[in-house]
Amino acid sequence: MPKAPKKILNDPRDVVTEMLDGLALANDGRVERIPGKDILIRTDLPDSKVTLLIGGGSGHEPVFHGFLGKNMGDAAACGQVFAAPSPDTIFDAAMAAHRGKGILFLYGNYAGDNMNFDIAAELLEEEEIEVRTVRVNDDVAAAPPERAHDRRGIAGDIYAIKVAGGAAEELDTLDEVERVARKAVSNLRSMGVAVSAGSIPETGKLTFELADDEIEIGMGAHGEAGIARQKLATANEVADQIMEKILADMPLQEGDEIALMLNNLGATTMMEMLIVNRRIREILDARGVAVHRTDVGTWLTVQEMAGFSVTLMKLDDELKHYLDLPARSVGLSNM
Amino acid sequence: MAKQLSAPQVTEMLCEVAQALIGKVDVLTEADLATGDGDHGIGMRRGAEAALEALGATPDLSVQGAFKQTGMAIMSKTGGAAGAVFGTFFRGGAKAFDEVDTLTATAFRDFLGQSAAAVSKRGGVEEGAKTMVDAVAWAARRAAEADGDDLSEVLSAAERGALEGVEATKEMIATTGKARSLGERSLGHPDPGAISVSIILGAMKTYAAGQGD
Repeated sequence: MPKAPKKILNDPRDVVTEMLDGLALANDGRVERIPGKDILIRTDLPDSKVTLLIGGGSGHEPVFHGFLGKNMGDAAACGQVFAAPSPDTIFDAAMAAHRGKGILFLYGNYAGDNMNFDIAAELLEEEEIEVRTVRVNDDVAAAPPERAHDRRGIAGDIYAIKVAGGAAEELDTLDEVERVARKAVSNLRSMGVAVSAGSIPETGKLTFELADDEIEIGMGAHGEAGIARQKLATANEVADQIMEKILADMPLQEGDEIALMLNNLGATTMMEMLIVNRRIREILDARGVAVHRTDVGTWLTVQEMAGFSVTLMKLDDELKHYLDLPARSVGLSNM
Repeated sequence: MAKQLSAPQVTEMLCEVAQALIGKVDVLTEADLATGDGDHGIGMRRGAEAALEALGATPDLSVQGAFKQTGMAIMSKTGGAAGAVFGTFFRGGAKAFDEVDTLTATAFRDFLGQSAAAVSKRGGVEEGAKTMVDAVAWAARRAAEADGDDLSEVLSAAERGALEGVEATKEMIATTGKARSLGERSLGHPDPGAISVSIILGAMKTYAAGQGD
């Protein structure tokens, strides 16, 4: 059994509550925590707008709760480490952030999140607050295209939040915001590679095991099995494997434009990701696909997990507009 | 051996259930590490601690009230898929206690039947998907077969059924939850949620067995 990873913590049972306090403070006044609850909310919410509520398990910082602010999420309902928030937390976050024009729930497609957000939506319905749900399902390794509704949400969450957040700021109706968010999600494809596992602070245990000379292509953020467990390979080989799978799933044609994200799962070096980026651009160039913007950074993490994911979002003028709106948050400060 | 339990006894029994889950946190963590990310034990402990607090804070709970309080506490504090389904397990069947002052064999059989339907609906899964639904469904079936009016016998049958369900999940390939993508790699491992169901029903059985008629 591998030993527990070294971590600088206080009581491991308090990680979520202490993290949320620290995260709220790191927003320099633009975000506050609702006292006693695992909810963060913008302090500069306009009086009237469509509300974008995001959320999910903690431990993936800065996703989700690090993406609040103008042109991003309005409030975040936060769960324990790798566990969906409870219906009460989601309901309370929704009530606090509602500004009269309905609420869009935007979150990653996992059984726990789906159930808890659905229960909260039922409770909000009883309060006559309109709720729509868009689930991010960008991980092509998780299921074949005909079962895309079974795919989990990974780093595509970030582009989805960015687009939906911009739309919720500028568009006037829940219908329109939902339409734009759905378009973003349907244009997103991602896949990752795991190099070594992350752990849950409270148990001190790694969430899965990989041998020293092994990697797993397509592995999920919580150790969900991918498409191939194999010996360590070169950056070019891994980039080729990931891109082959993504492009086979994505109807991209010569002249199309995309946004490209390389997301560090926690412990991979920027150097490795930039070397992968070089190969990805060779592959896209060969297909005549243009890259409108590149985001290389650490956004959806899994504690000390090593590995990264690649996300492509096919763009049109509308998606480009919302994606590029200026935003400032802990999660985006280096974008 | 108790043929039936009074409302205060039911509250005490549910506290024992919570203590049993807290005592098994390591077992559940290990079971979940095999097919999931290993947070099932600490999640159930969070829910169980909240249930203990809720049961202790409200005096004179009815049978129905005690089950509902337990379910609401679990649902609001556990989080994750476990919070939703185990909260639903305790709340979803509580309608069976609409008309009763004591926990009888008949009422508990009805409770399990309604709970099984409620968790299946909430999770969107049927039996055979390698989830806690398998343990609840087997428990409800065995409880239904144990006719008669002795609550202890019905609880024993329910626990036996839950354990059969746990065994059955070992032979299943997960088709939902985080274990889904493991495919055949999930074979041979029991579902941790199913184990929790067997712990809950086992604690109920043990409590009832220790009470006089």
